[in-house]
Amino acid sequence: MTSGIKRLNVLLGLGIFAFLFVPWYRVERGFYSFDWIAGFPFSSDQAPGLFQILSEGRLWLAVALILFLVGIGSRLIGNEDQRGKVLVIAGAAGIIFMALQGLAISFTGWAWTFPENAFGALSLGQPAMGAGAVLVSLIFVLFIAFGLAERGFMKGDAFVVGSISMLIFLVAVFIFYPIGSMFVGAVHDFDGSFKPDGFIRNMQDPAIWSLDCVIGGNRCGVAWRTLFLAVLSGLGSTILGLAFALAATRTRFPFKRGLRLLTVLPIITPPFVIGLALTLLFGRSGVVTEALDTLFGIEPSRWLYGLTGIWIAQVLSFTPISFLVLIGVVEGVSPSMEEASQTLRADRWRTFWHVSLPLMKPGLANAFLIGFIESMADFGNPLVLGGSHGVLSTEIFFAVVGSQVDPSRAAVLAIILLSFTLSAFLAQRLWLSGKNYATVTGKGDSGVHAGLPKSLSITVHGIVLPWMGFTLIVYGMIIFGGFVKTWGLDNSLTLEHYARAFSIGFQDGALVWTGVAWNSFWTTMEIALISAPLTAAVGLLTAYIIVRQKFAGKNAFEFALMMSFAIPGTVIGISYIMAFNLPPIEMTGSALILIACFVFRNMPVGVRGGIAAMSQLDKSLDEASLTLRANSARTLRKVILPLLRPAITAALVYSFVRAITSISAVIFLVSAEYNMATSYIVGLVENGEYGIAIAYSSMLIFVMITVITGFQLLVGERKLRRENRVAGVAKSNKFQIAQEKTA
Amino acid sequence: MTDLKAGSVVFENVRKDFGSFTAVPDLSITIEPGTLVTLLGPSGCGKTTTLRMLAGLEHPTSGRIFIGGRDVTMVPAHERDVSMVFQSYALFPHMSALDNVAYGLESSGLKKKEAHERAEEGLAQVGLAGMGHRLPAELSGGQQQRVAVARALVLNPQVLLLDEPLSNLDARLRRRVRTEIRELQQRLGFTAVYVTHDQDEALAVSDRIVVMKDGRIAQEGAPRELYEEPVSEFIADFMGEANVVSCEILDHEGNNAIIDIGGIRHKLRSRGASKGKAKLAVRPGSVVLNPTDTSGLGGEIVTAAYLGDHVEYEIETSVGNFFVIDHAVDQSYAPKTAVSLGFRNRGLALIEG
Ligand SMILES: Nc1ncnc2c1ncn2[C@@H]1O[C@H](COP(=O)(O)OP(=O)(O)O)[C@@H](O)[C@H]1O
Ligand SMILES: [Mg+2]
Repeated sequence: MTSGIKRLNVLLGLGIFAFLFVPWYRVERGFYSFDWIAGFPFSSDQAPGLFQILSEGRLWLAVALILFLVGIGSRLIGNEDQRGKVLVIAGAAGIIFMALQGLAISFTGWAWTFPENAFGALSLGQPAMGAGAVLVSLIFVLFIAFGLAERGFMKGDAFVVGSISMLIFLVAVFIFYPIGSMFVGAVHDFDGSFKPDGFIRNMQDPAIWSLDCVIGGNRCGVAWRTLFLAVLSGLGSTILGLAFALAATRTRFPFKRGLRLLTVLPIITPPFVIGLALTLLFGRSGVVTEALDTLFGIEPSRWLYGLTGIWIAQVLSFTPISFLVLIGVVEGVSPSMEEASQTLRADRWRTFWHVSLPLMKPGLANAFLIGFIESMADFGNPLVLGGSHGVLSTEIFFAVVGSQVDPSRAAVLAIILLSFTLSAFLAQRLWLSGKNYATVTGKGDSGVHAGLPKSLSITVHGIVLPWMGFTLIVYGMIIFGGFVKTWGLDNSLTLEHYARAFSIGFQDGALVWTGVAWNSFWTTMEIALISAPLTAAVGLLTAYIIVRQKFAGKNAFEFALMMSFAIPGTVIGISYIMAFNLPPIEMTGSALILIACFVFRNMPVGVRGGIAAMSQLDKSLDEASLTLRANSARTLRKVILPLLRPAITAALVYSFVRAITSISAVIFLVSAEYNMATSYIVGLVENGEYGIAIAYSSMLIFVMITVITGFQLLVGERKLRRENRVAGVAKSNKFQIAQEKTA
Repeated sequence: MTDLKAGSVVFENVRKDFGSFTAVPDLSITIEPGTLVTLLGPSGCGKTTTLRMLAGLEHPTSGRIFIGGRDVTMVPAHERDVSMVFQSYALFPHMSALDNVAYGLESSGLKKKEAHERAEEGLAQVGLAGMGHRLPAELSGGQQQRVAVARALVLNPQVLLLDEPLSNLDARLRRRVRTEIRELQQRLGFTAVYVTHDQDEALAVSDRIVVMKDGRIAQEGAPRELYEEPVSEFIADFMGEANVVSCEILDHEGNNAIIDIGGIRHKLRSRGASKGKAKLAVRPGSVVLNPTDTSGLGGEIVTAAYLGDHVEYEIETSVGNFFVIDHAVDQSYAPKTAVSLGFRNRGLALIEG
């Protein structure tokens, strides 16, 4: 028996199991409660596929069954080529049928009018897909994959073909289907009827597009304000980031290590925390505001609440990211170019202006675009500081949860936001590709970077030192704020906030989590811990396929994945509730939707890290493993993963932390049962309970630092060499594997 | 590593395209069990591609491949009964030498203990007993190379594939290791397909050599056959240097032909060449120089270079310039000296063209 038949047997067995024993439709109280066993298999909600057809009269499901039986039939075909062909056709027809029937038949019957005209009315509809339907869909996807493998696609490697098919399927379901639903939702009413009025009205809404401010009116539309803010935040964070990078590499700046530490902060800081700290400083009852009032009699005002405040918060939040990008750029300028310039009678200023800066241009543009996209996508700071007139991301939110719920408005705003960020992303991709002057080569470039001209050096210090101080104060506020009774009114110290949030009691000899924060805290931990390994796994598997496998459409595949990075969280949030609120897939209010959201939002970073790490691994290592009788799954497990440990740690840590700190998509998807820490904190802020909010945020930061350290210890380091026996040579873990092989 | 089962290899009209580029247009080769066959040719001629198709790392666009009589065209790499020594060795840097050698055995389903025992034997076979605990980075280049060979051999494959196995070694080590590989192959009797672009190496190790050019077989045969009887200028030039000059075939005498080289008669194997104008390849060492005897082909020394154990000359004659290697160092000629050229019996061959 060939391995092709063996794996097909397993799949067919699974399919028979799915049709006979697994509830076809979504079980209301959750599949894992296993309540459904009681009424199984003859109650309408809980019957598996076969009984849905035979005793419930959902005859259309017979098509899926027949296509599955075709798959079973293919088992009898001896010729691999023929069998593969039949499997591919059955699988493709199956998956198309599953999607069509899911979309076309809703709770009450036909969801579309044309099949109703064609086939007549249905007497009964169907609920959302459940475990059985999902399993059968996946089996159809694997039919295609196994069929292609039998036909020699990807050198007959079923694992690789299966992974590619699964990834494409998942990306289609969790990225393209929701975004598509959002577009459709924009022109449909709640009841599903086509009604483009809302779309047209919103598209022409002056509140979005007005250019009043240019011609001397009071206010521009929200789209222009968002754009304006994004440009300014991009510029601000790029200039500051450059100043920091220059200070760190080109001056004798006294606190270089401190500067590097700064780069970690934005990763572990929930996005609204900066806004929160700014409120505590400059808000109506902030420290600075009060001091100015008592000392100079300056009236407290609300200047912070609006674009100015958001801008300051965003520049504070994004400068470290820009610093991180630009430090590589600044270091990448080859010292020999600068030395050459100096030997050509150019002074330091001329060297900087005519040589160093032009070489950094693409890097600067990149940093700007990153700041631009981040600002567009930012939701936390505008929510805390936006006041009455926010930006696109908050307007989307209020169009869904505000006083007048208007899904079509939310969809229109989301489409506008999406087109802004995608344009920036495309610009970054197309315009910057091939413009990289990075002059770092493998050769040791032994020159010395030119010092900065004096005037510039003074300017850089003048920017960096106060800004560092400011950042320290802001973070100081975050720690300190949790211990102050009532901010601005009663500044005495207290542990009350921590106690309210995180108290633990004993009742009847059992531990009781009495603090108000525990519920959302444990949910957050649970979901972050579940989604982190999934994200890392999906991300690294994708990276493996992109780096190591060649197939038609690979570039499009990679591009689509990377593009999802440029989709703002708010857009994901709104599209998920539009897509997953009704059949065929109903996930809102569950933990699953949060996990799916995190996995597919954070995966691109894992992919990027994985690609970078895997490109350093010599391809002949995998090939050696293949010729040594290991299939590609074993190769991945035994050879590639152990060599990728640093990338795995990075992916795990990143996805874990992002799951804890993100707010934009989460706030749409949380439910009473599954509330996340960030959305709980935002709720506290909205109620003015700053003390607890700040205490909770500090706690999160503390927990993240602890868990990051834990992850690092758990995954361990990859060991390629025993203790270095050469005296005086520092032990380093950062080997280039490619250099190892001939060492 | 007992009971080796040497397998035959057959390529049947194999074609391989990379997109619109055809790396191998139409290749048919038969390799007898237990022989060491070398694929030889300049860089980019498709040797590695051929080897990788045999290993299952590339799949042919069309045609069929058989190993030990079984059609493996569609069989994935890990299910083929071949193993490969990579140019870069591709030792897993995070595993010890022993784990590297045991890897394939464990992949084939052996228990860890047994796999390690067999791996120890394998290391001993290549002279690395007791070095198993070392990581690849702690071994010298030659030792790494031997680990790579042991790793491939312990699997007891029907065919062992070696892709330029010596290219990462220094010149002195290269000579020793190639002897070791040949010795191991003869002792254990496995079938081996060996890829190289170095003709010395090919001549030294092979039972048969397949010379490739642009994805096609240019000539196939035993080392001596290729060296002494090249069929084309390409082969003659690639298998050591050769002077290609025109001549005329005057007559046939059994298997031999009588030819005329600038007025000089010479007899050599005709290999099916017909009467009339022809091309002749002459090895530099097959020319005899004589200052006095005027019956030879007349010529004049253009350049002379003394190289210790021999002298190299460039000599102008009526049929073209000759590059000559003369081992009679005692008697050397200065440029502009007139000499007469004679030809030895070996080292002359009629070629196509
Ligand atoms: N994966 C590939 N994609 C495209 N072209 C390839 C690929 N592998 C090899 N080639 C091309 O096929 C030809 C033969 O390559 P190769 O077999 O590696 O040559 P050799 O090993 O004889 O030096 C070369 O021109 C090479 O550029
Ligand atoms: Mg090669």
